[in-house]
Amino acid sequence: MSEALLIKGARLIDPVAGTDTIDDLLVMDGKIANPSEAPSDARVVDGTGLVLAPGFIDLHTHLREPGQEDKESIKSGTAAGARGGFTTLCCMPNTEPAIDNSTVVDFIKQQASEAGAIRVLAFGAVSRGRLGKELTDMEELARAGVVGFTDDGAPVATGHLMQSALLYASQLGLPVMDHCEDYSIVKGLGINEGWVSSRLGLAGYPSAAEESIVARDIALSDLTGGHFHVAHLSTAGSTDMVRQAKAKGLRVTAEVTPHHLTLSEEWVLGTHGHVETDAAVTLVAYETRAKVSPPLRSLGDQAALIEALRDGTIDAIATDHAPHTYGDKATPFDEAPNGISVLDTAFGMLMGLVHAGEIDLPTLVHRLTAGPVSVLGQRFAELATLAEGTPADLVLLAPEEEWQVDASTFASKGQNTPLDGDTLRGRVKLTIAGGDIAYDGLNGLSG
Amino acid sequence: MTTGTATPVATKAAAAPRRHVLDLDDFDKAEIESVLNSANAMREVLGRDIKKVPALRGKVVLTVFLEASTRTRVSFEQAGKILSADVINISGSGTSAEKGESLLNTALTLQAMHADLIIIRSPQSGAPYFLARNLDSVSVINAGDGTHAHPTQALLDLMTMRRHIGDLAGAKVVIIGDVLHSRVARSNIYGLAAVGADVVLSGPPTMMPLEMLRGRSEHFPVSVTVQPDLDKAIEDADVVMALRIQKERAAGGLLPSMREYTRRWQITEARLARAKPGALVMHPGPMNEGIEISSSIAHGPGAQIEEQVTNGVAIRMALLYQTLAGAGGVEL
Repeated sequence: MSEALLIKGARLIDPVAGTDTIDDLLVMDGKIANPSEAPSDARVVDGTGLVLAPGFIDLHTHLREPGQEDKESIKSGTAAGARGGFTTLCCMPNTEPAIDNSTVVDFIKQQASEAGAIRVLAFGAVSRGRLGKELTDMEELARAGVVGFTDDGAPVATGHLMQSALLYASQLGLPVMDHCEDYSIVKGLGINEGWVSSRLGLAGYPSAAEESIVARDIALSDLTGGHFHVAHLSTAGSTDMVRQAKAKGLRVTAEVTPHHLTLSEEWVLGTHGHVETDAAVTLVAYETRAKVSPPLRSLGDQAALIEALRDGTIDAIATDHAPHTYGDKATPFDEAPNGISVLDTAFGMLMGLVHAGEIDLPTLVHRLTAGPVSVLGQRFAELATLAEGTPADLVLLAPEEEWQVDASTFASKGQNTPLDGDTLRGRVKLTIAGGDIAYDGLNGLSG
Repeated sequence: MTTGTATPVATKAAAAPRRHVLDLDDFDKAEIESVLNSANAMREVLGRDIKKVPALRGKVVLTVFLEASTRTRVSFEQAGKILSADVINISGSGTSAEKGESLLNTALTLQAMHADLIIIRSPQSGAPYFLARNLDSVSVINAGDGTHAHPTQALLDLMTMRRHIGDLAGAKVVIIGDVLHSRVARSNIYGLAAVGADVVLSGPPTMMPLEMLRGRSEHFPVSVTVQPDLDKAIEDADVVMALRIQKERAAGGLLPSMREYTRRWQITEARLARAKPGALVMHPGPMNEGIEISSSIAHGPGAQIEEQVTNGVAIRMALLYQTLAGAGGVEL
């Protein structure tokens, strides 16, 4: 049984209750408890100037296990999640083998309970082997505990398959998440079709190739009544369609990543976003660590994503954490795999939006907690509140603290971030999962 | 030496020897002229009975060609040998690349063997930048990377134009065909912009960068415009440059048919008559005669195709010399 922990004088943000107050909070027996009942030997943390919130929930994490443990494992990925302030990660099924049967789900649950620092939930595959041909045994996967279905890494291959998946998932009360990329237009490209791709002589992934599948899936959600969740939404056009679908009352939700909110296609030039229009391409260009699918989009798209996050069109922030090895990314641009290692830096990146006045802190916390719950279902609502008696999944944040990104110190095995060396303002200080300290950034609290 | 306050502005080339040649977007007019002047001197060496000077004796030059090429590879090899460098040719097949070794590890191995210069041709855009970034003691020259850049081709094109036209400021250069997939066109756009020429691109809409086609070209040099109608584009042109059309593009949906392409964008006698009298006709090769260029034009009086090849050797000699022997005056 864990000891009692009293956090005093922090700014408590509870997105479910809608409260934002300075107060004390007690963690005892794995739950949030009344601070007036703190035992005399409770450890005390001074929360002055810090923010205490429910632990973040990531709808979209690539933990790579089983099959690609050189990139990440459940142990290292959950450690990185804890470092990033997350207490729940939803892992994607593009593992080897894919999460397309209950045995693999059981394996992940087993690994998570043995080695995981925080809670792991699994998405099951839509199609067997993620091959886009036959549906998985979706009911069996649901009984094994998956929280939704996706063939992420790839789109649901055909409209017909998506229609069937929405019908089955709807019976099970679960969402179908789709990686919306129209392979009949482009496939697998990790740079936006735009001025940077033209400049670098790279084939680009146009917004239209995402929007074409978003449109298809919204229409199918309308047809079936099923819950369609847009994975890593990245374009202004997609935000318009989701806004319209919600106005019609369709069961459509969406997530956006920290990198699509804060970085743009210019990052492929390798100059950390600082670009002079007519400057020459330099040695740092073709930055494979900024190669991701969907690609970093234009500054106009970025502004539309922020607006959609603010007004609730986009329900949740999800990391699409996609760790790769050094060798995977130490290649010419076309050869490198897509993906950014995000968990360690997510909060610092997102606080940039708060410091810039783009979004307020309670809204940001909401999109990292109650927002994901609205996608997963209200049975997870207790994970997004500070109410007494709910599980003590908590994060203590220093919104003003500056720190320098050093990928070599990441908890994730994936050091593939284009932010390496940059300074971020906003840092996770303490992550508590089920009452236990999952990450201690307070220097020796646990000592 | 000039004294007093009227010191001549130092060029980039004079300020510091250029270590890499990756594209022309970081060359200014002065540096381009310095390379062209140096190449003119090299052409004189090429014309000698004994084509050998000791300028690069003891230097090791590797040509790494990961894509099929005849003229560019031979041109570099010849340039290196005339300057007495030891030139070693490496191709994609029969090497460790076939065994799955990464480009990075291959390059680090070659650097460890104390190569002085790597000349790389790669099907991947950006591969020369990748090498230059990861190698700290080797110079890199881009011999064509994917659909990005081909700076030595653009310099030999500029040399050919300048030898016939003189100052290229205000000259009209029409580039015709598959601009989207053309590294030659991209590098020429930057080189021509630097020397003040006006560039007009003409070709199928599926073969133009979308940014330029849609008029959102604020990120490209202002002197570049798109005119899909070749009959209009070619009017009063000083230079007409055809690009190679890859026949497989028709199967890929980018072209309705070769016949349609030929009808709309082939350089014909009738079209050339709309250009300036004596306009230069250029092609980076290898040509598809009867497709992007009619046979009579390809072998007609304005055609510069063989001169481009000769100038190519001279340009490559000049660049090898400038990257390996420093930026001083040429002493041969």
